[in-house]
Amino acid sequence: MYMNKSIEEIHEALISGKVTSQELINEALNKSHEIQEKYNAFVTILDDAKPGILTDDLLSGIPYGIKDNYSTKGILTTASSNTLKDYIPFYTATAVSNLEKHGAVAINKTVLDEFGMGATGTTGHTGAVLNPWNPSMMCAGSSAGSACAVAAGVYPYALGSDTGDSIRKPAAYCGIVGYKPTYGMISRYGLLPYASSLDTCGVLTRNVRDAAIVVDAMKGIDPHDMTSWDSSNIHLLESINGFVKGKKLCYIKELVSLDNYPHASDTLKAHLKNFMDALNKIKDSGIIVEEVSVDKKIIDATANVYNVISYAEATSNMSNLTGISFGPREKGNNYVEMMKNYRTNNFSPLIKRRFIIGSYVLQKDNKEKYFYNAQRLRRIITDAWLELFKNYDAVILPIEAGPANYVDLSKNYNEFDHELIPLHENLQAANLGGFPSIAIPDGFVNNLPVGLSLTSKPYDDENMLNIAYAIENTLGYSNQIAKEVSHE
Amino acid sequence: MNKYKALIGLEMHCQISNTNSKVFSSAKNGFSEDANIYVQALDMGFPGTLPVVNKEVVKKALMMSMMLNCTQPEYLYFERKNYYYPDLPKGFQITQDTKPAPIGVGGEVEYLYNGEFKKAQIDNIHLEEDTALQSHLPDCTLLDYNRAGIPLLELVTKPSFHSSDEAVAFLETIRSMYQYAGISEADPKKGQIRCDVNVSIMDENLDEDNPNNWGTKVEIKGVNSFGTVKAVIDCEIARQIELKENGKYDAMEQQTRRYDEETNSTKFMRSKQDAIDYRYFVEPNIPRIRIDKSWLEEIKNEIPRLKNERMKTYIEEYGIKPIDADTLTKEKAISDYFEEVVSNGIKPIDAANWMNTIILGAINKLSVSIDEFFIKPLTLADLIKMIYSEKISKNQAKNALYEAVDTNKNPIDIINSLGIEQMQNDDELIKIINDILDANPTQLNDYLTKGLTNLINYFLGQVMKVTKGKANPAKAMVLLKQEIEARK
Repeated sequence: MYMNKSIEEIHEALISGKVTSQELINEALNKSHEIQEKYNAFVTILDDAKPGILTDDLLSGIPYGIKDNYSTKGILTTASSNTLKDYIPFYTATAVSNLEKHGAVAINKTVLDEFGMGATGTTGHTGAVLNPWNPSMMCAGSSAGSACAVAAGVYPYALGSDTGDSIRKPAAYCGIVGYKPTYGMISRYGLLPYASSLDTCGVLTRNVRDAAIVVDAMKGIDPHDMTSWDSSNIHLLESINGFVKGKKLCYIKELVSLDNYPHASDTLKAHLKNFMDALNKIKDSGIIVEEVSVDKKIIDATANVYNVISYAEATSNMSNLTGISFGPREKGNNYVEMMKNYRTNNFSPLIKRRFIIGSYVLQKDNKEKYFYNAQRLRRIITDAWLELFKNYDAVILPIEAGPANYVDLSKNYNEFDHELIPLHENLQAANLGGFPSIAIPDGFVNNLPVGLSLTSKPYDDENMLNIAYAIENTLGYSNQIAKEVSHE
Repeated sequence: MNKYKALIGLEMHCQISNTNSKVFSSAKNGFSEDANIYVQALDMGFPGTLPVVNKEVVKKALMMSMMLNCTQPEYLYFERKNYYYPDLPKGFQITQDTKPAPIGVGGEVEYLYNGEFKKAQIDNIHLEEDTALQSHLPDCTLLDYNRAGIPLLELVTKPSFHSSDEAVAFLETIRSMYQYAGISEADPKKGQIRCDVNVSIMDENLDEDNPNNWGTKVEIKGVNSFGTVKAVIDCEIARQIELKENGKYDAMEQQTRRYDEETNSTKFMRSKQDAIDYRYFVEPNIPRIRIDKSWLEEIKNEIPRLKNERMKTYIEEYGIKPIDADTLTKEKAISDYFEEVVSNGIKPIDAANWMNTIILGAINKLSVSIDEFFIKPLTLADLIKMIYSEKISKNQAKNALYEAVDTNKNPIDIINSLGIEQMQNDDELIKIINDILDANPTQLNDYLTKGLTNLINYFLGQVMKVTKGKANPAKAMVLLKQEIEARK
């Protein structure tokens, strides 16, 4: 058994000849089929995966998973949507080909919420992904299959993408690490888009060093992506030294204090207490943690701004999906009917709802009120966070209002859920501002893993990962492998 | 028409044809009879592809913006124009809206109309991508993606014109600018130019500078040749006048029409109420691009002297007739050829005559461009200089040129090989003249006694015959008179 170990441990075993890449691949494939059976995490399992030439590169010969919204040449790429259920691309995403250059071996393509839209992991065209800690629960999304597989020990890492919280939320629900780098650090060329100004490639791992190793290999300026930037002077793994004495973190009172939640459930109370306990441990390790206050209006606006901008971009980004040049072509008396039938029959209701809203906010009569105001607020929210980064290395916050919800969405009903929206959606601020952000596990609530997030100023990924590494060591929840626990 | 005047505005789309690749994709920017050979994934809207701005295209667009005397923006932005159409594979066109700022705003251009220079007002010029080419067959429509993504400049004028002839004269001027600056071949046969025409009429006695007096704007879309532009404007003006005469003009709503060639009339397409809402918003995949002042300066220095400027020099300084000046500047290469002849010591009037009487006809006959024409400006200048120095006659030069064109030989070589370079020795010529006078006593007698002075031409003919055309006729005439005088 090697797939439950860290990248560096597996690399050591490969180099010393204790195990071969072929054996690792076999283990990952066997585990894939087992996990697919139990939790439905994959769209495609690449049974013909083959090892390349072993080099001393940390990723060489080691299996990994690819979220099914990364374009892979010759391999089915569906974005977990019926609109692309038979789509085989003829080019490979830059991030994936960068990993190929490092000798990484792709094992499977993982399920997501259709086109990365949705936070439950239940909307993919192949069905819901179940949480490996408790199959009654969801993994959250959209990078649901990647989170499930890494947590279940299929391989040490899988690719994710994060438009609002799609890497970090499932990482938290599955008890692993999810890293969304600064916007543009990893090329988006070949990532099937949701909302281009927010979409960020990233990775899910079981520890912070692994996240650094993988993103070191994925990142880099790409002539195919004008929003990518030169990060050749950024060395994530090298920058992790564990020296964090005097680093300053802050948490936002308006999100963390129980006073904001008059109808708080026991779960929420336990989750926030767990977070405050974690902060105390972090303080004991020599990191300064302070409470700050941010205008509640700015906190509350975040989700709405995210919705307006991401839905608007999504409706435009997905206008190429007509079923004419690619995708399953639908019948119709003319091309308009063919397009309508294709889009009506193949998009899920959640996506169609977002298209309608996205279209509405861009209409001439509404654009000023909704879209332009959202853009202005995006600036205001970003500036409010940048103000925090002047005094603090990172903002630390609990992820979500507790551990994973039920897959059966009707069981999650909470009449006071509107009070929790800021907790549900605060991770989106990092996408609005392009900030680097990472989820790390901080313990258990109701026998299920929970996580916290660290978010830093743009381009400060090295510093953020170094702090995350120190916190991970302090809290002691790294390298967790999911064990089904009885919950009912 | 006396009671009314027309106000005409133009939208002229012109492809930027002289770049290696398209505006946002790396596919070849080219024209081909073979469909779908210059296509990259982006051009067909494949998922995950991203636009990358072609710097050379931006440079040429900025150059055009400067030539139109527009204001260039500090930052370059692109917008998405969202609509579904078979020729638009992405479901949106990347273009520039009038806000924040397209590649050129405002501006004024002089154009030659009826021998005088008039001014036209430019509203804006913006850069966008062309759509796929549709060929409508009886039972299907063919799509050619070669054209999808070719850079396109759309120039929008204010309602600056009063007649179809003015409008066409303006379009000719703009076309010459594109060609002179090497931005586009501007060839309507290759579909590189397409126009939309706006027409309204108003009472002749009203002030056209007050927009309140303007009539209802009717737009006629998709006019592909300048000849058709003229026909469209003429028939639309006639249609509107008829409405006015019948009291139906005020009921006419703002609308879009198309031209029907068979009936030479415009047909209703849609009213303004049915106008498509394109839901413009900023293209998130292209960061705003700062346009450096020094780069603008560089581009400005590369702008060649344009047709108008050259025509003014030819007419005002060289005394060339406007119609000939127009011919000499139709193409930059022809004008360059002419100017090189002049700079080699030939009087402009002479150079113009030689160009217009022989050279332009010759390239036409040979079906070559002036650049491909084997007789170079220096050769032509040398030939004309032989006339200046009285080595050969004008006719001899002409005949040599004609023969050169027919035989693909250097005209100077022809003159040398035939030995038709003129006799430089007066003594030799005087001897020949006296031999002729001796041999023709009757004619000499008639000349001297009967006053038949026209016989001088007879003697001259004899001189030319005996010398096989080598004598300079002017000189021979002088010497003839001198020798006859001596025999009185």
